Amino acid sequence: MISKTQIPEDKVIVARDLTKKFGNFTAVDHLSFEVGKGEIFGFLGANGAGKTTAMRMLCGLSKQTSGEAWVAGYDIARETEKIKRCIGYMSQKFALYEDLKVWENIRLYAGIYGVPEKDIAGRTDDLLKRLGFEAEKQALVKSLPLGWKQKLAFSVAIFHEPKIVFLDEPTGGVDPAVRRQFWELIYQAADRGITVFVTTHYMDEAEYCNRVSIMVDGHIEALDTPNNLKQQLEAKNMDDVFHQLARKAKRTEQ
Amino acid sequence: MNDFSNMTKPTAKGNWIFFMAFVRKEFHHIFRDKMSMLILLVMPILMLILFGYALNTEVKNSKVAVYDPSQDEATRAIVEKLQVNDYFVLHRMLKSPDEVDRVFKSGEVAMVVVFSEHFYESLVHGGKAQIQLIADGTDPNTANTITTYASTIINNYQQELLKTGAIPYQITPEVKLLYNPSMVAAYNFVPGVMGMIILLICAMMTSVSIAREKENGTMEILLVSPMKPLYVILSKAVPYFFLSVVNLITILLISVFVMGVPVAGSLFWLIVLSLLYIFVSLALGLLISSVVNSQMAAMLISAMGLMMPVMLLSGMLFPTENMPVALQALSDIIPARWYIIAVKKIMIKGLSVGSILTELAILGSMAIVLVTVSLRNFKIRLE
Repeated sequence: MISKTQIPEDKVIVARDLTKKFGNFTAVDHLSFEVGKGEIFGFLGANGAGKTTAMRMLCGLSKQTSGEAWVAGYDIARETEKIKRCIGYMSQKFALYEDLKVWENIRLYAGIYGVPEKDIAGRTDDLLKRLGFEAEKQALVKSLPLGWKQKLAFSVAIFHEPKIVFLDEPTGGVDPAVRRQFWELIYQAADRGITVFVTTHYMDEAEYCNRVSIMVDGHIEALDTPNNLKQQLEAKNMDDVFHQLARKAKRTEQ
Repeated sequence: MNDFSNMTKPTAKGNWIFFMAFVRKEFHHIFRDKMSMLILLVMPILMLILFGYALNTEVKNSKVAVYDPSQDEATRAIVEKLQVNDYFVLHRMLKSPDEVDRVFKSGEVAMVVVFSEHFYESLVHGGKAQIQLIADGTDPNTANTITTYASTIINNYQQELLKTGAIPYQITPEVKLLYNPSMVAAYNFVPGVMGMIILLICAMMTSVSIAREKENGTMEILLVSPMKPLYVILSKAVPYFFLSVVNLITILLISVFVMGVPVAGSLFWLIVLSLLYIFVSLALGLLISSVVNSQMAAMLISAMGLMMPVMLLSGMLFPTENMPVALQALSDIIPARWYIIAVKKIMIKGLSVGSILTELAILGSMAIVLVTVSLRNFKIRLE
């Protein structure tokens, strides 16, 4: 076990041999990595490789079987409540309330994360202006196109300016053009110093990350910048990199 | 960049503000969903009307045939009395006893009255004055009801004769239905419908709405947030608590002013009792939601696991006394049963609160057990 003082200042996520077992099945197998402040860290892997399970442990939604991890300097096993206050989270279901209006969703989530009451209205208008959603303020979320919902969900997840935002396959179901627009928001967030931890299985998205880790069968098979990975494996793009590594997988899709 | 340490510390006041924001959100979910509105506001009224009029156990205008070989003063008087009554309509007079079989087979009549010969003479001289009431037993409830009505009418006639001194002293049992002298079915079903509606709204609607959050993935977001899970759950229960109270008032108003069922006892204790029962039902809903992950499952468990037993085993439709021991034991653990018994005591019989202490104690312990189990069961971490 390492002590808290040994965690490097500039690392917002540190995992050491993080493991999760469901009965006999080891979903996440001795995961070790570090993520720096303001980094966009991609977590790649086929379905069932263990990405979501790993992310859920870091968010405090699931308890690790063994190993340790620190998020924003807090122990994930013992300081979940503190972690919760400095992270944002967006799941693959993007999870806005469809029967609430756009501003009501923002208001609600802002409230949950403790944004001061007096700031909410002003910041809501700023956000809608930035997104170009001013006209939709009073619209029910269910009336928006999927790409818009995802952008809104992301903006809601970072509305309270968290240190880290966890994105679990945030862009499922939309085409590459819409994904690119979404990633502009991610870059803006990273520029403001928010660390982005994102799982995906779209390889065009992997190219946008500062560093990517590729998970195969519950462990990290490779971890580096997209360019370095391409050079090491003499691949022409990330898709190629992924297929070379994923070929080793023994697990079939869950 | 903003200073987090300052803005994310939850305070008691902050918690309260966002708890109320959550309650508001739940009301939005309800008021923007037509289905929810329909279930919450129309169904209680519909159920009252359905049980009140369609499933009425009162029998009116039953067709009666009479075989009367005597044709004397007494038989004519009895037939006359049957006829002027709301319950019976004289269909026709039979010419021979053989016809009895035929009229039943053709389904013409619900009951046949057969007098013995020389009826009046036998009555006066203490001989064999007999009346046979024949009813169609394929529907035992109806048969039972109409023969009871007829016996009452015949007894009344006998009483009259006694008073005038025309016949010698005779013992006639006097049947009197306490609390519900005219056998109004509403007296029986209003407490039952109250027990069912409250359970349905609290348990089903709460569990479905929590399951919906699980399905949509919003529950995950809430669990990742600093918001305490207990608040999430409580904010779900609050709107349904209010709506149940609204329904309770609606049902009581309809029963009193439309169905003519009075609140004989203390209205205060009736409401205290109902609030306790609402609490038990909400706890049941929370328990269901802690074990299911889909709205469909929540709906099925509420409908099959709660509605059916309440309708069949709570004593609402069928008396529990006649059930096999195993079913009686099962009915003992149904909260609705105790609630219905207590409502009948307070509302219909007008008894004091002292008479429902047992029911209050049982419902109270059920509430404590259910809340404890469901809060313990509610998973903070999604595994």
